[in-house]
Amino acid sequence: MASIWEAVKRSAISANLDVSEEELDIYVQRIKDIIGTMDELRGISTENTEPTVNVLSAQNIFREDTVWEGLSRDSALKNAPCVEDGQFRVPKIV
Amino acid sequence: MREYETVIGLEVHAELKTESKIFCACTTEFGGEPNTHVCPVCLGMPGALPVLNKKVVEYAIKAALALNCEIASICRFDRKNYFYPDLPKAYQISQQDFPIAAGGYLMINTPDGEKKIGINRLHMEEDAGKLVHAGDDIARADYSLVDFNRSTVPLVEIVSEPHLRSPGEARAYLDHLKAILEYTEVSDCKMQEGSLRCDANISVMPKGSKEFGVKTELKNMNSFRALQRALEYEVERQIGLLKEGKEVLHETRTWNEQKGITEVLRSKEEAEGYRFFPDPDLMPLVIDEQWVEAVKTTIPELPADKKERLMKDYDLPEYDAGVITSSKSLAKFYDSCVGLYDDPKEISNWLMGELLRLLNTNNIEIEDSPITAENLVELLKLQDEGVISGSIAKKVFEEMFETGTDPETIVEKKGLKQISDVGELGQIVNGVMEKNPQSVEDYRGGKERALKFLVGQVMKETRGKANPQLVNELFLKKL
Ligand SMILES: [Zn+2]
Repeated sequence: MASIWEAVKRSAISANLDVSEEELDIYVQRIKDIIGTMDELRGISTENTEPTVNVLSAQNIFREDTVWEGLSRDSALKNAPCVEDGQFRVPKIV
Repeated sequence: MREYETVIGLEVHAELKTESKIFCACTTEFGGEPNTHVCPVCLGMPGALPVLNKKVVEYAIKAALALNCEIASICRFDRKNYFYPDLPKAYQISQQDFPIAAGGYLMINTPDGEKKIGINRLHMEEDAGKLVHAGDDIARADYSLVDFNRSTVPLVEIVSEPHLRSPGEARAYLDHLKAILEYTEVSDCKMQEGSLRCDANISVMPKGSKEFGVKTELKNMNSFRALQRALEYEVERQIGLLKEGKEVLHETRTWNEQKGITEVLRSKEEAEGYRFFPDPDLMPLVIDEQWVEAVKTTIPELPADKKERLMKDYDLPEYDAGVITSSKSLAKFYDSCVGLYDDPKEISNWLMGELLRLLNTNNIEIEDSPITAENLVELLKLQDEGVISGSIAKKVFEEMFETGTDPETIVEKKGLKQISDVGELGQIVNGVMEKNPQSVEDYRGGKERALKFLVGQVMKETRGKANPQLVNELFLKKL
């Protein structure tokens, strides 16, 4: 099942996670267990079941379109490691 | 020689014109000092929770209905995960599997007639912050600065089907889409302020082929003209590669306006794994029939209907009606003029000619036009009454554009009133005849064109102010 191993590794990389080879083996086993459960579920007939959009029972939680004062610029920038001209300064991107 | 066919699909992002952001109460106002329209939600601070702005849903439904889409009875928000400094949560809240609307279309005019362009889907999402790179471009920058004022401003993304067959059709699609979003008042659609943005997927294939070629994704086209130029460049580039027996690579390319070329941004092989999943912080959205019906009643007359009406009511040629209704503000300006002056075609000539020319060369939007409908109409009346000549009217118009002054004041101040005094003109005519005996001879000898020259001389001496009809009559009498 090299493809699952590859997929887990790719997911780790795209999530910026540092995962060792040993750890990867553990995760691959867990993912396989999950896929096994999914395969079991696949056996159930869902022909007359609507797809689940969300598992929560609440719906349509809104706010009205009104403006509130947010944070002052000073407090917005307070925890920034580096600030320049009222902006967050970030390291070279590419 | 092998012929090729182009296949284009557009992804358009439009910022919605709500007062507050999509998931927090910060203002969406453009142009504030950096990081002054922010709060814990749009800065992605731990523990902050998003709450959906109801108006965003209304605007999305409105835009979707105007684009003939089917509104989903239930939809939800998903997290699109990726790392980038303008995205403080490291995910963008978007709609992946259950968008609010799908399956629409809009009509475009092509040289071969009307064509229906499918719209695959329309969904809601949040905008990212804005980056300023300390350097010529991102690649050469030592560092970058982030302003989160734009973070979490509501967007709709509208994805077309790959139905567009040329850069011209893509341009026509974007023109019509922009007009619809403006007419429905859901977005400002200002490309230069970034409230309307457009990415394109483009490929070429041998004519008649059933299978699309490998596509590239184009970004960073900041104007309608840039979109068309970038697509035209890309068509040439891809056909060139195929003719040389090379392959088109599946990659994202960026439009370089200065160089007029597209450049590789990244290869698609380093595939973006966005790891979408439903956002557990947001509840599903259920839209019932009544809500859709209620929004439907708020949709105003759309550009295509307005165009029909101008052609019918004012007898305008299709071309004129198309240009005028392509922008909501221009159509409004036209309506104001027609209400004050009873020559719809003359007004359309001035709008499409002088006004659009000056607006375009000065990069001014029609809303900010220094010339008001009232002033334009006043100018036309001065011309009708014979106070000024046609050529002077154009000069006055330019002056009105530059200074914002009304035409009467300009005519008065600059002494541009047409000379219609027979005595005064007669003297000038005599003078011109004395100075140009050869032309007088020529005319008397049967050379009709000599008259034109003589009239021209009078116009020159009076700096265009002489009433040309009178001058003609005077010459005919005297010659
Ligand atoms: Zn906020």
